[in-house]
Amino acid sequence: MQLLVQQVINGLSIGAVYALIALGYTMVYGVLRLINFAHGDVYMVGAVIAFFLATWFQRLGLPVWVNLSLVFLGAAMGCAALGFIIERFAYRPLRNRPRLVSLITAIGVSLFLENLFQQKMVFGARPRQFPPLIETRTAISFHVGHSPVAVNITNLDVINFVLVIALMIVLSWVVLRTRTGLALRAVSYRFDTAALMGINTDRIIAFTFMLGSALAAVAGVIDAMRYQVDPLMGLVAGLKAFVAAVIGGIGSIPGAVLGGLLMGLIESLLRGVILPSDYSGYADGAAFLALILILLFRPSGILGKYAPEKV
Amino acid sequence: MQITAKTLLALLLIVVTPLGCKHKPGGGSGNDIIVGEYGSMTGTEATFGQSTDEGIQLATDQVNQAGGLLGKQVKIIARDDQGSQDQAVSVVKELINREHAVAILGEVASTNSLAGGQVCEKAKVPMISPSSTNPKVTQGKQFVYRVCFTDDFQAKGDADFVSRRGWKNVAVLTAADSDYSNGLATFFKEEFKSHGSVVADEEYRKDDRDFKPQLTRIKAASPDVVYVPGYYTQVINILKQARELGLTVPFVGGDGWDSEATLKAPQADGCFFSNHYSPDEPRLEVQEFVKAYRAKFNKIPDAMAVTGYDAARVLFDAIKRAGSIDPIAISDAIAQTKNFPGASGTITVDAQHNARKPIVMLEIRGGKTTIADTIPPQ
Amino acid sequence: MGNADADHPVRAGRLPSWVINLFLIVLVAIAWPLSRLFDSQIDPYFLDLIIRIGIAIILAVSLNLINGITGQFSLGHAGFMAMGAYTCGVIAKHHAITGGASVPFFLGVTLLSGVVGALAGLLIGIPTLRLRGDYLAIATLGFGEIIYVVLTKIRSIGGCEVGGAAGLHDIPTFTNFFWVFAWGMICIVFIWRLVYSAKGKAFYAIREDEIAAAAMGVDTTFYKVTAFVIGAFFAGVAGALAATWSGNLAPGSFRFMRSVEIVVMVVLGGSGSITGSILAAAVLTWLPEQLRAVEQWRMVIYSLLLIVMMLVRPEGLLGRRELWWTRRRAIPRATATVAPP
Repeated sequence: MQLLVQQVINGLSIGAVYALIALGYTMVYGVLRLINFAHGDVYMVGAVIAFFLATWFQRLGLPVWVNLSLVFLGAAMGCAALGFIIERFAYRPLRNRPRLVSLITAIGVSLFLENLFQQKMVFGARPRQFPPLIETRTAISFHVGHSPVAVNITNLDVINFVLVIALMIVLSWVVLRTRTGLALRAVSYRFDTAALMGINTDRIIAFTFMLGSALAAVAGVIDAMRYQVDPLMGLVAGLKAFVAAVIGGIGSIPGAVLGGLLMGLIESLLRGVILPSDYSGYADGAAFLALILILLFRPSGILGKYAPEKV
Repeated sequence: MQITAKTLLALLLIVVTPLGCKHKPGGGSGNDIIVGEYGSMTGTEATFGQSTDEGIQLATDQVNQAGGLLGKQVKIIARDDQGSQDQAVSVVKELINREHAVAILGEVASTNSLAGGQVCEKAKVPMISPSSTNPKVTQGKQFVYRVCFTDDFQAKGDADFVSRRGWKNVAVLTAADSDYSNGLATFFKEEFKSHGSVVADEEYRKDDRDFKPQLTRIKAASPDVVYVPGYYTQVINILKQARELGLTVPFVGGDGWDSEATLKAPQADGCFFSNHYSPDEPRLEVQEFVKAYRAKFNKIPDAMAVTGYDAARVLFDAIKRAGSIDPIAISDAIAQTKNFPGASGTITVDAQHNARKPIVMLEIRGGKTTIADTIPPQ
Repeated sequence: MGNADADHPVRAGRLPSWVINLFLIVLVAIAWPLSRLFDSQIDPYFLDLIIRIGIAIILAVSLNLINGITGQFSLGHAGFMAMGAYTCGVIAKHHAITGGASVPFFLGVTLLSGVVGALAGLLIGIPTLRLRGDYLAIATLGFGEIIYVVLTKIRSIGGCEVGGAAGLHDIPTFTNFFWVFAWGMICIVFIWRLVYSAKGKAFYAIREDEIAAAAMGVDTTFYKVTAFVIGAFFAGVAGALAATWSGNLAPGSFRFMRSVEIVVMVVLGGSGSITGSILAAAVLTWLPEQLRAVEQWRMVIYSLLLIVMMLVRPEGLLGRRELWWTRRRAIPRATATVAPP
């Protein structure tokens, strides 16, 4: 029982990271219907910016919370700028082309960022440890039943989880309750009609990209603090977050969070409870199998709207 | 104006052709001895390829400053295989046939060494792998050598060490998709059977960042020690998360652990790993190497750097003894390497083309290593 | 497919089909002695490049049938390739221990590899082809990852070595220029004849508008599965050729980045254009090799070139045309290019 509870917590803790990246994915996809392959790499750039900022701030000796908010802010702003540049030069010229074409430029951008950051003069291929801004420690520890082994939750897990829920609420509010959100939804239905309604579609799309990239940066900073910074960290994380977004129903904000958490839970339970020990190496395969099955029964994801085909 | 496919192609040709042409002449003639090097300079295993490359660079600089070999300068041509064995095959073919390399240095990963070794074998060009530990790499090969020990020897050393410490219950955490990790884990489990029991046997994958599900299960099995034959890129994360979960027992690993980052991690305090050498060894070769390396790269050399350095030096020594740059003569000379004073120990190449070398078991304490045990070659 | 001539403008007024057939057969026949010559005369690095281009062409053209021509976004092509490669690798290695090698043996094994690929295509295709667009992409991507995970775990099947994470090495190398050329020709001609026949219009119809196609009486499921199975067959064959060319197999070679590489070839060549795929496969295999001289900046430059190429020619190198078509003969582009709701 203690094992199961700890595994569920582990799953939610991994899932919260996927959810955070998936949020940005789903924002961009919801508007552009584009698999932004470079999203995972923007998240990596966020982590790298945070790494440099944190190393620099640490020397200045500012209080921790000032450091922390400056790191988050800096990374988010840097990535928003990067997102703007990517959208402006790699996607906008191709907006009226088949989507597969933008997908290829997205792959190009992704390869470019990965290889650029592997250069020694930029960041280098070696993974680096994030400077310890906040000491990771056990925030909550409790016992289940009479088990002598405690269930542990770290402070970063708590921060991560709270952040995901908060961002989900804020984003939903932006999309559903603000004028920009209204325009955003209009653009996501149809570009040309939205333009006829007096919406500056270019600006709305650029805004979405910047917002999505800033979200990626936040995820990157959290992840860098929990694990480490390396130029290829976006590859698998991006892939899994994309899968999570699709499972949750791509384009849906609560769906992204749900998909991410579900994905983390499936992984953790497969590895730590369901599969026998020496088969835990199969867990990723089994996770993908579960995802294919979910898709077969819910072809538009769990919270995705089923779009009937129109003639 | 519409840009047609033809103009685009023509443009591409113009852009790229000069880059392509640059390296076509070349060859072993002239005043250089061409040695090819292949490794993963980019990709997930880049850090190992780069360390090896630094070791090789240092050895090459030293030999060239001392007047070169046979009156010629040594020129290393390094190629990136991105950690993929398909690329390794192409790259080794290029090095041999286009650059006319007289010998090849590489790779770290055994899978890639096996792939590249096959090409060298066909072309009859000697290859020295600095740090591929899978026994198969040199098996049945006439032209492939290595300057490190093999998985079975290292895993046996690890298992003996663990049992000598009096630890009976071991948990093993393996990277399921890593050849290196699987090799060590398999031999370790086999060897340890007679000394104690394996209470947990878990697996992760190379691109994982979160290991808590597995570590939670390991913790539940309450082992005396955890054996993690992995690379430091994951090991630091594993250690961090283990401590977060309250798993405080010592961890033991192999040479993949060796890096400044592992030593610096506070979570690694009190852990052990088997290695080719210790930078704190007082032996003259070691101290000279560490000093030169620090002067050039401003950091402590890791396991890949020292084996890269030794591989290059064994090769240079063989070229000197062969007195020619004929690949077959060089190969014969490598085979006769005896008691070569390498930085990673005294190297003797045996009949199976493996290096007979001792293993050192290092303990991590306060950011430094101390030798906890030395295991002599069989 | 004999009545295709009257049906398609390309064929009208061109050479009769038996002349073309004879020419193709002669071409393949010449490849045999040529291959012997290549083995002894060409430097192995250059030959390696040619063979890899050949294998890339088979992969790109076969994926084009699924992705470009039928419009089904598959990210699992490397998975099918892996099925073929491992079938061939395991059998060839086992056979090499117990007996010698011969031409009919190799032909048989390659065919079998293709069939295994095709079976995987059928197995994956029937359930997942109900999914559309990105959802199909995810499902096929998942399939590719499952194949990878399983391959890293299996060390042997029934006494035959599979290799697990260490990969399979020292596979006998049967493949030479002839085999790649012959299979390349078979793949190109087969898919060409298929899609430019009267029935082949159905594939394009599905890409343009699945509902309209169904309304016109096209059995969309049948054609989609057909495209999937044929594409997977040739991917399997390409895998077999790759395995017995390099003599090495590792599960890591067949992960989703490999699939992505093939998708890039199809789109860059021009979705739907067979000659475009051939051209792009050649360019994208050759280009990174030419950039070797710039060392660590190679992939940075390569990725930039990829972005620039797509920006300059968004429709791909050849668009929807084949190499020798004039622009007027091209299949008209669908009018609605604005992103669908």
